[in-house]
Amino acid sequence: SAGYDMATGSEMNGSGNLMDFLEESVPEVGMYEDFYTIDWLREKSRDTDRHRKITSRSKESLWERIKGLLDAWSGWVVMLLIGLLAGTLAGVIDLAVDWMTDLKEGVCLAGFWFSHEQCCWTSNETTFEDRDKCPQWKTWSELLVGQPEGASAYILNYLIYVLWALTFSFLGVSLVKMFAPYACGSGIPEIKTILSGFIIRGYLGKWTLLIKTVTLVLAVSSGLSLGKEGPLVHVACCCGNLFCCLFSKYSKNEGKRREVLSAAAAAGVSVAFGAPIGGVLFSLEEVSYYFPLKTLWRSFFAALVAAFTLRSINPFGNSRLVLFYVEYHTPWYMAELVPFILLGVFGGLWGTLFIRGNIAWCRKRKNTKLGRYPVLEVIAVTAITAIFAFPNQYTRQSTSELISELFNDCGALESSQLCDYINDPNMTRPVDDIPDRAAGPGVYAAIWQLALALIFKIVITIFTFGMKMPSGLFIPSMAVGAIAGRMVGIGVEQMAYHHHDWFIFRSWCRPGADCVTPGLYAMVGAAACLGGVTRMTVSLVVIMFELTGGLEYIVPLMAAAVTSKWVADAFGKVGIYEAHIHLNGYPFLDSKDEFRHRTLATDVMRPRRTEPPLSVLTQGSMTVEDVEALIKDTDYNGFPVVVTKESERLIGFVQRRDLIPAIRNARKVQDGVVSNSIVYFTEDPPPLLGNSPCPLKLWRILNLSPFTVTDHTPMETVVDIFRKLGLRQCLVTRSGRLLGILTKKDVLRHMAQMANQDPESIMFN
Amino acid sequence: MAVGTVFMVLYLLVELAVSDSSKSSEDVRCKCICPPYRNLTGHIYNKNVSQKDCNCLHVVEPMPVPGRDVEAYCLLCECKYEERSTTTIKVTIIIYLTVVGALLVYMAFLMIVDPLIRKQDSYIQPLHNEEDTERLFCPGSLLAGGVGRMGPVGVQSPASDTRPFAPSHAQARANTVLERVEGAQQRWKRQVQEQRKTVFDRHKMLS
Repeated sequence: SAGYDMATGSEMNGSGNLMDFLEESVPEVGMYEDFYTIDWLREKSRDTDRHRKITSRSKESLWERIKGLLDAWSGWVVMLLIGLLAGTLAGVIDLAVDWMTDLKEGVCLAGFWFSHEQCCWTSNETTFEDRDKCPQWKTWSELLVGQPEGASAYILNYLIYVLWALTFSFLGVSLVKMFAPYACGSGIPEIKTILSGFIIRGYLGKWTLLIKTVTLVLAVSSGLSLGKEGPLVHVACCCGNLFCCLFSKYSKNEGKRREVLSAAAAAGVSVAFGAPIGGVLFSLEEVSYYFPLKTLWRSFFAALVAAFTLRSINPFGNSRLVLFYVEYHTPWYMAELVPFILLGVFGGLWGTLFIRGNIAWCRKRKNTKLGRYPVLEVIAVTAITAIFAFPNQYTRQSTSELISELFNDCGALESSQLCDYINDPNMTRPVDDIPDRAAGPGVYAAIWQLALALIFKIVITIFTFGMKMPSGLFIPSMAVGAIAGRMVGIGVEQMAYHHHDWFIFRSWCRPGADCVTPGLYAMVGAAACLGGVTRMTVSLVVIMFELTGGLEYIVPLMAAAVTSKWVADAFGKVGIYEAHIHLNGYPFLDSKDEFRHRTLATDVMRPRRTEPPLSVLTQGSMTVEDVEALIKDTDYNGFPVVVTKESERLIGFVQRRDLIPAIRNARKVQDGVVSNSIVYFTEDPPPLLGNSPCPLKLWRILNLSPFTVTDHTPMETVVDIFRKLGLRQCLVTRSGRLLGILTKKDVLRHMAQMANQDPESIMFN
Repeated sequence: MAVGTVFMVLYLLVELAVSDSSKSSEDVRCKCICPPYRNLTGHIYNKNVSQKDCNCLHVVEPMPVPGRDVEAYCLLCECKYEERSTTTIKVTIIIYLTVVGALLVYMAFLMIVDPLIRKQDSYIQPLHNEEDTERLFCPGSLLAGGVGRMGPVGVQSPASDTRPFAPSHAQARANTVLERVEGAQQRWKRQVQEQRKTVFDRHKMLS
């Protein structure tokens, strides 16, 4: 079946690299169409053919052998390029977000491109109490009216903050709507579907890459409650798709391309969190469908290259890859597992609440008039977010900074409100061994503000995720968890300080020792909430431990992650990404679902009893005209080929996309093929009689090994076969005779029906 | 694809060139934070020293405590070596603003100027080049396939052939770069329109 796609492909893409750049790839004849599922087995066999051809040619000459080597190394070259570009883009995004977030509050006179922290970097006027103030940084009220403090200054700052936020988000949504509508949302549900074999043309294109990068910065800078991790995975996969075009090994084979995309997804998470191993595990657990061992090693390579590139750009000025990297080594105690498990329960409950709320809101957006005003919706949500966020210092700052502050342990050197503990002036302990202290008034004020911030974030994130702007949800979930964790941590710390003679504290907490680290509770809370929403397991723990740089906290993190997953699973089976896949009706056959019903293949196959009989082609009794009529009247993707309509003995299966160009080509090129010619699907058609027209031999496009199951095969086995082999369709036979056909869409609809969901919601093929 | 690689290579070269050159004195510092001690307030000390000299004794000047208390005081202080690259920040922000500006200009062009140009050309008859329609698919053809609609594929755009040549010129069609660019732009616009319909109007994808 190889001939057609190669030949016509090169014909059409003849001229100009300029054209290759300017246009998205036009699907070639014989290639898959938009919104279709690929045939994994066919792609695999094509790749094996290609490889065999190269190996056999490499024995001919030195040049061929070099070409063979280059082919083998092409995978690594692609990984290197993906890592470089993903790291570069992540660095650009981090720097730009840093600057634009601070632009809402003021501007640096020493150079407008400096953010607040960078502006005051070289200043000698920073004091211990006011580390943020320096004369080069001016807030907008200072610039415009010359008044740094006071009620009018506050109101002016407020107004300008809201205006900047609105400008950024309006700009973002207009760019998305105008240039790349596929750039909105998180991207992970769609990438999961693409990696399972679905084709969405343009989703990983160049314009989507550009617009997603640019608007991600705008979205995060506008103060909306969203993160950049999910969109970074999309950006990295776009980079992967971009570099696949360099080698025909990947550009012509959709199955191989998805191996590259899996590795690119790992690189995306790696730069988002500075966690290469976590990235690979995330790609393995959450995003990829088939993950051969070769991909594991290559993904790790891509993730490492991306992390190194980001490190060399050094966006945060301290050689760290993430803003909230912390490193502490204070021990934790067994008795603290109780609050950790409570945090896990909170995480699970929040996850359930978020998933239900968000899906309900997205469904409303999909089905009602709300969905007709995307730009207005974005502006309204931004306005509400900005108006409520400004008064509270913990929501005014960017969410990453909030998480960083919450994760930070309070040594003697912190002067923030959260670290306003009552210090013993005669204390001379070194920095990292400060004992537990009583909380000062600043801490209590901080707790009130944090509680308000928590409620606000819980509510607003439900409405923000899924808007027509790039939006991720890792950072908001971690923020919610970190706030809750820190509050619990401070509570436990104060209880231990004031009541150290209680039974629960007596054994492990002596007065004057550093027992409780509220920062650790914040981390555990963040992990719990993230696990409750996404239902990640191993990858979550690894990402968190790579963030903290220590193996010591694996047990608390695992306890919280496991608890939150159990609690969340008790209320709903699926995580947020699978829920969005169901909502949009993507044809995603989840490998985590278990099919436990006792239906048989006959119950699901087509044609049903009320439907017209199966459209088949016969081996040697149909004319070209009949075949063309059949193609025109139906819209099936393929037709089984039987010996005769009476015997119904199956010979093979022929795909529509191979049949049409074959017939068209034959009509144009071969002499004597007319509408009355008989189409033969055999190797040796019978000899011509008299003046009958030339036969059309279509033996080459026939697939002689279509998958078949018998009618009494349980659906459990059928679902397993579809999942493990990546089939698109499967024929059903009884006593050797063709009975019907089962497509992936039928299987998905059946599963949805069995789960009491709407089977009509599976929209794609 | 080519432009992506070119952009990235250029950016990395700029970065390497910049980082190789001598670091400006502004970009490196050792920051020591010392908390309140006895009757002293907390203080932050910045000094431009190398990494091995980044400790309390070299940076904290003038030392606020007498000699015997220096060790106790320095135990409380925390010193960190930090470096940054101002040029990276400047280059990145300026590149980003340029890209956003270019996109805005293009958006304004597409929304305002383009319809005016297209209106002028609508007087001219579109010319269907026979050769080209053979290579591309006919609308509503056999390839319409399962979803029942044409993907963003190959319907010959009437507006891309805008010159009123006689049919004899059709064979020797001038393939100037401008014309091909325009053809590509039309195809891209149609693709974006399809995407917009899928996402914003029919809500078929991305809720």
